[in-house]
Amino acid sequence: MLTKRIIPCLDIKNGRTVKGVNFVNLRDAGNPVELAEIYANNGADELVFLDITATEQGRKTLIELVISVASAINIPFTVGGGISSVKDVEILLNSGADKVSINSAAVKNPELINDLAAKFGSQCIVVAIDAKQVAGEWLVHLVGGKVPTGIKLFDWAKEVAERGAGEILFTSMDHDGTKNGFANDALAVLSNLVNIPIIASGGAGNKQHFTDVFIDGKADAALAASVFHFKEIDIIDLKKELRNNKIPIRL
Amino acid sequence: MKIVIINYGAGNIQSIKFAFQRLGYDAVLSDNYEEIRTADKVIFPGVGEASSAMKKLKSKGLDKLIPNLKQPVLGICLGMQLMCNHCEEGDTHGLGIFDADVIKFNKDVKVPQIGWNQIENLKSDLFKGVNEKEYMYLVHSYYVPLNNEAIAVTDYELKYASALQKNNFYGVQFHPEKSGTVGAEILKNFLKL
Repeated sequence: MLTKRIIPCLDIKNGRTVKGVNFVNLRDAGNPVELAEIYANNGADELVFLDITATEQGRKTLIELVISVASAINIPFTVGGGISSVKDVEILLNSGADKVSINSAAVKNPELINDLAAKFGSQCIVVAIDAKQVAGEWLVHLVGGKVPTGIKLFDWAKEVAERGAGEILFTSMDHDGTKNGFANDALAVLSNLVNIPIIASGGAGNKQHFTDVFIDGKADAALAASVFHFKEIDIIDLKKELRNNKIPIRL
Repeated sequence: MKIVIINYGAGNIQSIKFAFQRLGYDAVLSDNYEEIRTADKVIFPGVGEASSAMKKLKSKGLDKLIPNLKQPVLGICLGMQLMCNHCEEGDTHGLGIFDADVIKFNKDVKVPQIGWNQIENLKSDLFKGVNEKEYMYLVHSYYVPLNNEAIAVTDYELKYASALQKNNFYGVQFHPEKSGTVGAEILKNFLKL
């Protein structure tokens, strides 16, 4: 049976992890490769690297990082952040990334999804969608949720799936950072609406939230950052609890 | 040992090269006829769309070479699918090594299947020392129905062949290079065949 995935997300700037991490055994807390290896050996099903570097030099560092990660770890990983062209994706995939995640570029130029799916296959194209509720309506936002668009979440999700996205990474800006649980209602609607896997993001605070996102939110995978980085939740413990709750999990 | 990964422009082959590197082997990426023919072990990778991958293979004349190879050959993901008779994706005629047709998952399940699923009914030396129901990483929209050449079975609402073998030809739908330590074990087994 296909299992639900647990995905730690690492924020990268100039080739280094930026959000604080709290691993006592880390020699270098800013080294994403070392952190990735620890996660890979401790039950993570996949990893996401989100690059928040804006400079040209920083992008080159990212490519070097992707090569280092691909040579070191034996589980799949996705790279996102600032990807806006077929060329960007080609370089990342050729460097060893398994999947890429595109966000703003897809909103600005939806045709990019078709182009990427045709050239590289849907299986490696993740479309990330950031949204929050405005007057009761879920609207897509850009730039980490700062810039609202008039696009409705569910319309956009349908469109990206039709254009050839292989997965949707949905972040609720209303839930992100709150540690009060995932946006399960919206996630369940998404999961029924499109026939591609949904990765839930935003709101993880405790282990029960993951059970809820898989049962109530019908998510296929759950992504989180700080609860893992600060060791508030150990992935193996989390997976044991999920399995006790009858959720299919790889242990 | 000379390991050649067929480089025909279809997909993420660095990951496979890195996986062998972790096992202590330096695999060569090549589209050269002689280099592939004289290798001790051949990896036939592939991700992406079937008909365009097959076109690339043909443009390099490799469609004639692969079915005639005598050494152990391992097709991975789309590589395995192209070793079959026919792929529904792009109505693609395959290499005809495995007597199977590749068809699309129906809409009862999410397509593509992405993630870790179990392999069972393991039948080949490829899986020596690998426990039944181990988890492998899979990413695919098309599958090979159960058949006589199946050496592993996976369940995604229906049971299908997740690995095939015929003589010196092996195919796996999953990605051993991305499937943790068990995946590495399978690659190691392949090198011992």
